[in-house]
Amino acid sequence: MDWSALSLSLKLATWTVLILLPLGIWVGHALAANRFRGKAWVEALLALPLVLPPTVLGYYLLVAMGGASPLGQLYEAAFGRPLVFSFEGLLLASVIFNIPFAIQPMQRGFEAIAPEVRDAAACCGLTRWRTLWRIELPLAWPGILSAVVLTFAHTLGEFGVVLMVGGSIPGETKTVAIAIYDRVQAFDTGGAGIMSAALLLISLIAIGAAYFTASRAPARRHD
Amino acid sequence: MTEGIRIRLQQSGPIPLDATLECAPGEVLALVGPSGSGKTTILRAIAGLLRVANGAIHCNGDAWFDAEHSLHVAARRRRVGYVFQNYALFPHLSAMHNVMEAMLELPVAERERRARDVLARVRLAGLEHRVPAMLSGGQQQRVAVARALAREPQVLLLDEPFSAVDRATRQKLYRELAELRRELAMPVILVTHDLDEALMLSDRMCVLHQGRTLQSGEPLQVMTRPETVEVAQLVGLRNVFRAGVVAHDAERGVTFIEWRRHRLEARLQPEFEIGAQVTWTIPQGHIVLHRRDRPSRGEHENPVFGKVVECLSLGENIVLSVAINGSERPPLFLTVPAHTARRNGIAQDVDIGVSLLSEGIHLMPVDNARIRSKPVQGGKQSQGAGKMGR
Repeated sequence: MDWSALSLSLKLATWTVLILLPLGIWVGHALAANRFRGKAWVEALLALPLVLPPTVLGYYLLVAMGGASPLGQLYEAAFGRPLVFSFEGLLLASVIFNIPFAIQPMQRGFEAIAPEVRDAAACCGLTRWRTLWRIELPLAWPGILSAVVLTFAHTLGEFGVVLMVGGSIPGETKTVAIAIYDRVQAFDTGGAGIMSAALLLISLIAIGAAYFTASRAPARRHD
Repeated sequence: MTEGIRIRLQQSGPIPLDATLECAPGEVLALVGPSGSGKTTILRAIAGLLRVANGAIHCNGDAWFDAEHSLHVAARRRRVGYVFQNYALFPHLSAMHNVMEAMLELPVAERERRARDVLARVRLAGLEHRVPAMLSGGQQQRVAVARALAREPQVLLLDEPFSAVDRATRQKLYRELAELRRELAMPVILVTHDLDEALMLSDRMCVLHQGRTLQSGEPLQVMTRPETVEVAQLVGLRNVFRAGVVAHDAERGVTFIEWRRHRLEARLQPEFEIGAQVTWTIPQGHIVLHRRDRPSRGEHENPVFGKVVECLSLGENIVLSVAINGSERPPLFLTVPAHTARRNGIAQDVDIGVSLLSEGIHLMPVDNARIRSKPVQGGKQSQGAGKMGR
């Protein structure tokens, strides 16, 4: 069992969720509440990571973050080390390839709120913040929860993009999914098996807990 | 008028509007009109949920909206109590918290006390901690009313508040609203497509069609004395015919009109010139069926005779279509109780006599112009004439 790979995967998944949670709420809410020209194209762009082969996405991210790119140069000037093949580079890639998993369920969650409920909140004198905090977030929370779980589980399991952008540096960018692959390549099926089982269990618990909580949502009381 | 609310809204699209309304404190104004006539749009504009191209809204002297000065006060700053058609309660909050959300400016303890009071006022004491899904339709409506009143609004807006409940509950809620409204000191605007509801609950009624306010006035007045043919049709008056003005008798308070070779006495309406073509209407309550076995004195008043061409049973009542002077002309409609029809042996093809009570005969210009703004020209034809019987 490669504990450092497992902890790196969990750390990456946690950070990805922490970054995408507010971002997803903001973008998902904006997309649900507004109609504007070119909205379909924005949505298509945000859904792109769903359909692109991970190697294609990984390739573009690698180019965008490499030492020859403005982003890569800026990062290197600021921190004195390259962005690619670092944990930060991996996190940036992870955030980008998880965008559809985070935003889409949240957008659906906000869209499920009847527009009159928002109108009623305005007529009650609620500010936008109060409406979001007190009315919209509690009502959209099944969508937000499923976004969190999907993002977390998907980050744990992602292989192609991680390999392209992060390489396989132990303790820095070698996640559990890559460690499993390495073990199999080294004919250590026992080690690969244990790590696969651990990943399976973590994913199952996360998704199971989300489904269980969401199924109890409508009966919830609030006093 | 600085007290109450004054509304003037105009725009050509996307939803055309040309509406002028006023509602005094304590007054209930019913906005009636068919679906798509712009009733809800007007309410949304008053609440600030929608911005109209032109016009102004003033409430108790404050400008809420003034297109000329690019002024549009946000919905949450307008102090409007809005009861939505489907109530729009916050589904995850208890009745108590739904109401408490509407008075956030108060300290929590005060909010709780007031919420309890308001809920008790709409007869929901004991159900404060239920979420909307655990309340019946009528109870949900009461929570919505309580939430709207909790804000101590400067105007109360009710958007078809009775349409989502069953008939028995509706009758109960009518009574409750009628009681409640005596305590309300703010203008109340009630949107409905149900004329009986408007008649029962409102002080004034405004008929709306395609975003235009056509006529405002006391409900019975609007429903029995429409200013135009369009209003007559919108308030469900089915007996609309053409006639010519023959004479006025100011002493007897009578105007004579000539209709299908009958000379009818109508209530004196001297604003119509002698010789002019007019449209006339009569509410069904002013048509009296002659008893076949026992003629009575009332039969001398505008008696007309004809053949029943259709009997349409509507439960306890029967709608009769009576051909007067030939079946090719539009018939006269009258509604009689089913037992009266049975007792008098009324059926299809039977000849009957009716009296058209002169007090109910109301004259209108032939076209859709209001008589006050545009005098009627003698013999003028209009495009709207196709729908009327001569």
